[in-house]
Amino acid sequence: MQVYEAPLRDMRFVLEELWHDDGFGNIPALEEFDSDLMNAVLEQAAKFSQEVLLPLNRSGDEEGCQHENGVVRTPAGFKEAYQQFTQDGWAALSSDPEWGGQGLPERLSKLVEEMTCSTNLSFGMYPGLTHGGVGAIAKHATDDLKNTYLPKMVSGEWSGTMCLTEPHCGTDLGLLRTRAVPAGDGTYKVSGSKIFISAGEHDLTDNIIHLVLARLPDAPEGVKGISLFVVPKFIPRDDGTPGPSNGVSCPAIEHKMGIKASATCQMLFEESTGWLVGEPNKGMAAMFTMMNNARLGVGIQGLGIGEAAYQSAVWYAKDRVQGRSLAGPKYPDQPADPIIVHPDVRRMLMTMRANNEGCRALGAWVARALDAERHADDPEVRQRAEDFVALMTPIVKALFTDLGHENANLAIQIYGGHGYIRESGVEQYARDARIAMLYEGTNGIQALDLVGRKLGAHLGRYLKSFFHPVSEFIEANKGDGPMKPMIDGLEKAFGALQLSTATIAQKGMADPEEAGAAATEYLRLFGLVAMGYCFARSTLLSGMKLAFGAEDKAFYNAKIKTATFYFERILPQVSAHFLAIKAGKKSMMALADDAF
Amino acid sequence: MKALVPVKRVIDYNVKPRVKADGSGVDLSNVKMSMNPFDEIAVEEAIRLKEAGKVEEIIAVSVGPAKAQETLRTALAMGADSAILVETDEEVEPLAVAKILKAVAAEVEPGLVILGKQAIDDDSNQTGQMLAALMDLPQGTFASKVEVDGDSVSVTREVDGGLETVKLSLPAIVTTDLRLNEPRYASLPNIMKAKKKPLETKTPADYGVDITPRLKTTNVSEPPVRQAGVKVADVDELVAKLKAMGVA
Repeated sequence: MQVYEAPLRDMRFVLEELWHDDGFGNIPALEEFDSDLMNAVLEQAAKFSQEVLLPLNRSGDEEGCQHENGVVRTPAGFKEAYQQFTQDGWAALSSDPEWGGQGLPERLSKLVEEMTCSTNLSFGMYPGLTHGGVGAIAKHATDDLKNTYLPKMVSGEWSGTMCLTEPHCGTDLGLLRTRAVPAGDGTYKVSGSKIFISAGEHDLTDNIIHLVLARLPDAPEGVKGISLFVVPKFIPRDDGTPGPSNGVSCPAIEHKMGIKASATCQMLFEESTGWLVGEPNKGMAAMFTMMNNARLGVGIQGLGIGEAAYQSAVWYAKDRVQGRSLAGPKYPDQPADPIIVHPDVRRMLMTMRANNEGCRALGAWVARALDAERHADDPEVRQRAEDFVALMTPIVKALFTDLGHENANLAIQIYGGHGYIRESGVEQYARDARIAMLYEGTNGIQALDLVGRKLGAHLGRYLKSFFHPVSEFIEANKGDGPMKPMIDGLEKAFGALQLSTATIAQKGMADPEEAGAAATEYLRLFGLVAMGYCFARSTLLSGMKLAFGAEDKAFYNAKIKTATFYFERILPQVSAHFLAIKAGKKSMMALADDAF
Repeated sequence: MKALVPVKRVIDYNVKPRVKADGSGVDLSNVKMSMNPFDEIAVEEAIRLKEAGKVEEIIAVSVGPAKAQETLRTALAMGADSAILVETDEEVEPLAVAKILKAVAAEVEPGLVILGKQAIDDDSNQTGQMLAALMDLPQGTFASKVEVDGDSVSVTREVDGGLETVKLSLPAIVTTDLRLNEPRYASLPNIMKAKKKPLETKTPADYGVDITPRLKTTNVSEPPVRQAGVKVADVDELVAKLKAMGVA
């Protein structure tokens, strides 16, 4: 059964307790968001997600989106839920107040996003894509375009898309063929076909604003010849209402493994009027504004599903009675013990729990960096925060979505055969979670981004934003205290990360294939160390809270127990990844292509 | 006219309450607390009356600990205009609450006091009725429909035999039942605005009310755990067992 209650206590922990000394200092611009206000927002978001979005999750999956004569219908209940979502202001969560947004800090809005993803990943796609479009227009478009589109997109009255992929080009956008021809009046005629366009066509809003990558007639080959255009489904009239149809159509939607209630569309642009966003031939840079934010958002999707899968698994493990504990009956008054008594079930539950808590803590740190990047007074802090976000973006995206899917699989395992049956609800999590490892750049691409772009950037400057705080933490907490086993473990794992980094830098310089061969393992190793750092901090803080007589003993005790499990049973995976990285590409590339 | 809406901070309806080990009461440490659901309905009704132009201003009031501010902020986020917290860490019984509300009402001069028929923690179902008596105002309790018309209000009440409609002259006291309305979700902009709305803090002493409890709680215990049943072979055995238990 799909069970979900927002993990508000842990959210408050990562929001208000864990990172109070995050190294980015106080941010005066965010002072109005005090603890009471953030709590009120979290509680209302929890209520909305649990009561409105969760009940539509399974029905939306069963019904899916329907395509008929170019019109796409979302599943029953989605339109009403979307209206309420936008009316209640959730679509405008973190957008700029200048355009009608609520300007909430990222540290808060990422937690709200997590709740949306836990309760209805498909639903979250529609406002999520719009949010990406808002980001690109706000940063790169002319004032005219901003005035026309931003107020309506920020409120959610109109939705947005990102039109990148074409049938023959996904990862390699240099191959794209959609063209844009100047119409002579400052606008362009955009023609071409796009695929895999989430929210490309649907019945939730009166207008859909597409951000389309296309080539100008004289554009250079490859990625240096791509420009970004805003192409509305209906051209807005002067009074702001949707006007004439703009030659944008949806010939078909995809039939997918998961997120079935999210419309994944083929889109056809036929001489559609478009407006240039940013400079000609600089579309990729503009698109990356959307992309980086979207990658963090996809990471949160992984965490969201991971949490929902965990809670649904816990419910079942307590409810399902079967066999007896290996240590003798633990619930003698029942015909059998609930399966939560078994070590192997515990192994799975604890793994899921540790995955969620580790990702949530790490995500909260990155979200604070996003806030600091935007609002800190000191330019040095802003730069350091930006470096950190750039470094961690591929890690958040790939690690969180890998673990989210692992959690969904473990949930099925805990349900046994029942998990394979649709009614149980948990197989949906595995199907829904799977996409997050693929879109916005597959996780393999994320790993390449990490080793190829982020490690060497500015002579390794990005790395310092992570390495420095971790080594300072280890130095500050060394010694024979109760933290010793954890600090020792962290130090060892951190050492493996430093060595791997040096190995990749060295070998990769001479042979890029070596960097490519190490990339995925390196990203995971990096993520494991980052989560380890979060857990060590959590443990230190929880220990102090308990020593000073905090009320919430059960919470802090559980935090320490989960962290201990992480250090004993998950962090050691670092050694295996380290050995694989050290072995290099040889055995991976030895077999001739023909031998496969 | 003004509407005064008393709201109470109670243990959340989703939480399974646990009794303290010493039997002195319900354990409220680290337990999720929320607005009493019946009071939420009262807030919603007041907002609907305001939207319909029948009420100009909504004042929410709560009697309780400092934390009850959160509950008042929820009322403000839903749409109340201002709030008053009468702060006390003592246990307050319905009579004390009614006396405080009477004093608050004397200052606010509401045309309508609308509150939950009871709070889900102690289920007293007394405050509204006591307040009506103390203020010598008409009361319409267990409302499932409220219609304000000029200087009177029609209240449809859920009573044992069905529905009863009473017409009260204003000012009046209305207590809400479950089916009166479905409370709205607080919108994000309104949550943000709620922070800036006035919230005044007072004490029972400010109103000259003695809140000393009239009752003494001797012991609080959890309901007995349900015992497993037994299968009986036939009717005779059943009758014999019932007789042995003294129920037949």
